[in-house]
Amino acid sequence: MTSLLTRPAAPSAGPPSLNRPAGRRPLPQGLTAAIWATSGLALATGFLTDLGGARGFGLAWLIAMLVPLASLVFEGRRKATDRFVTVLVVTAFMIAVIPLVSILSTVIAKGAPVLSAEFFTTSMRNVVGEGGGIQHAMLGTLIITGFATLISVPIGLFAAIYLIEYSDGGPTARGLRFLTDVMTGIPSIVAGLFAYALFVLIFGEGIRMGLGGAVALSVLMIPVVIRSSEEMLKLVPNELREASWALGVSRWRTIVKVVLPTALAGIVTGVTLAIARVIGETAPLLIIAGMTDSVNTNPLDGRMATLPVFAYSALMNPGVPPQPSIDRAWGAALTLLIIVMLLNLVARGISYLFSPAQRR
Amino acid sequence: MAHHIDVTDLNIYYGDFLAVENVNISIPARSVTAFIGPSGCGKSTFLRSLNRMHEEIKGAHVDGKVIANGQDLYASTVDPVDVRRQIGMVFQRPNPFPTMSIAQNVLAGPRLNSKRMKKSTADDIVEKSLTRAGLWNEVKDRLGRPGSGLSGGQQQRLCIARAIAVEPDVLLMDEPCSALDPISTSVIEDLIHELKTDYTIAIVTHNMQQAARVSDRTAFFNLNGVGQPGRLIEHGPTELVFSNPSEAATEAYIQGRFG
Ligand SMILES: Nc1ncnc2c1ncn2[C@@H]1O[C@H](COP(=O)(O)OP(=O)(O)OP(=O)(O)O)[C@@H](O)[C@H]1O
Ligand SMILES: [Mg+2]
Repeated sequence: MTSLLTRPAAPSAGPPSLNRPAGRRPLPQGLTAAIWATSGLALATGFLTDLGGARGFGLAWLIAMLVPLASLVFEGRRKATDRFVTVLVVTAFMIAVIPLVSILSTVIAKGAPVLSAEFFTTSMRNVVGEGGGIQHAMLGTLIITGFATLISVPIGLFAAIYLIEYSDGGPTARGLRFLTDVMTGIPSIVAGLFAYALFVLIFGEGIRMGLGGAVALSVLMIPVVIRSSEEMLKLVPNELREASWALGVSRWRTIVKVVLPTALAGIVTGVTLAIARVIGETAPLLIIAGMTDSVNTNPLDGRMATLPVFAYSALMNPGVPPQPSIDRAWGAALTLLIIVMLLNLVARGISYLFSPAQRR
Repeated sequence: MAHHIDVTDLNIYYGDFLAVENVNISIPARSVTAFIGPSGCGKSTFLRSLNRMHEEIKGAHVDGKVIANGQDLYASTVDPVDVRRQIGMVFQRPNPFPTMSIAQNVLAGPRLNSKRMKKSTADDIVEKSLTRAGLWNEVKDRLGRPGSGLSGGQQQRLCIARAIAVEPDVLLMDEPCSALDPISTSVIEDLIHELKTDYTIAIVTHNMQQAARVSDRTAFFNLNGVGQPGRLIEHGPTELVFSNPSEAATEAYIQGRFG
């Protein structure tokens, strides 16, 4: 009994010292800052001078490696490993960001000079060489993606509602999930061929139609909408459904008035991502919507130009002289980027308006 | 308006698992019945079977009879949605709708059912329900703010206001005070006292003093071991169950010797 209550007085059993073992000093702040700065400088030099991006990056990396080395000397192994891994993570991040920055800067640099009021308000009808615009392609992209959204959102949302709110994980649900997975992997050209084959069955050989493009795009969109809406509906706590049921509210009304509004922000974001995913599709639209130089706002009647297809054909068949056409292709690419950005802004606005968090 | 509820030979299952076995009990109208017992003995399960919330869980089902106002709630002709309109429920964790304001939360029952009502009627319901739930003074000048911005205890009272705004005949409460401080708890206990003049109330609680304070009748549930079904051991007037229980297990539980 007593031995449990009294502490053994042996001097060796003291608590381990939390003091830094001898020889371990903190890394001087100035040193790390200086190394990072030099490294950044090397990177910038690489991109801005004749040294070249790749060599600049390598140099920057070598310099950055001095930080873990210094840390090994000053701080000991554990801290040094931590700093080494930090450098690795930052490197990975930079590598991931480089293509993004490079694409954005190239598209803006080459596309921005082309943008003008005329560029957005004229089509390519009867235009040879300079001048002309992308009005027809812009309208086509908006119409075709708009219809694709109109087709995909109800189908995708209802499928997600079925999966989360009604199914009990039986064969139908499992089949639906499997098909969604398969659909996610469909190459876009196959979606285009599917839409083409479908419209050939109805209208005959050689058909070109904006609506066909919308169908092809919705084949690509539907699985994305199903998946993202499903995830969002899953996030709605079951307590809210139960609270609603316990008030004598039916299942369907609960879904419409409690579950969907709660998940709305996420669903809208998912739909936006799905649109952004298909708005730049070229191959399926090349097959079924085709290309034209004039404005066509009727998705049921004939060829319809779209921004990606416009950019593609402006690059592939630039005509003589080629430069104005190539410039227009960059302009179309930039316009596409801008549309996607605007879409994201709109989605954010909608999410904000309906967000359940404390607003105002 | 209040109903009394007669339960006969009720077995409650989760899939194949028999969670509560053979309950026979009568819950009188205009009174408070407390369900006590150790964790996992099936109090919540039993409570949820009284307004058919139980069957919302996948695979969950019951057999036996629950008769309220002469009508078997589990008859094939009865719509569970109608049952829940008459038998309201307050959950253990406050669950106000996050997309709705305080006032909208109170009106959720009628509004979600698309009942049309005049603005003045709606305002009356909001004020009356919040007053009864003891929340009106705290929120009367921020009715348009989101309900999820309230404290836990306020949210729970908001949920009670929401439940009584649909004017059910019976109110089921599953540990409504377990997340509340003593002051909010006593507000809710006073509310229960007041509500029992109009409603039939069944409350699950882990707090013996609370059961003794608020209830007219007490039912003790117990289970023999893990994986065994819970059973109703005894029930009767609260004073009797607390002062002179007929089963040894009840006495042991009430005196805090197990559970
Ligand atoms: N959703 C469910 N699926 C399967 N079994 C469940 C489910 N909910 C509860 N059970 C089981 O039913 C039994 C009774 O659970 P219940 O929640 O009714 O207990 P309780 O008396 O309310 O306990 P507590 O006092 O902890 O709330 C337990 O054995 C539990 O494991
Ligand atoms: Mg419980």
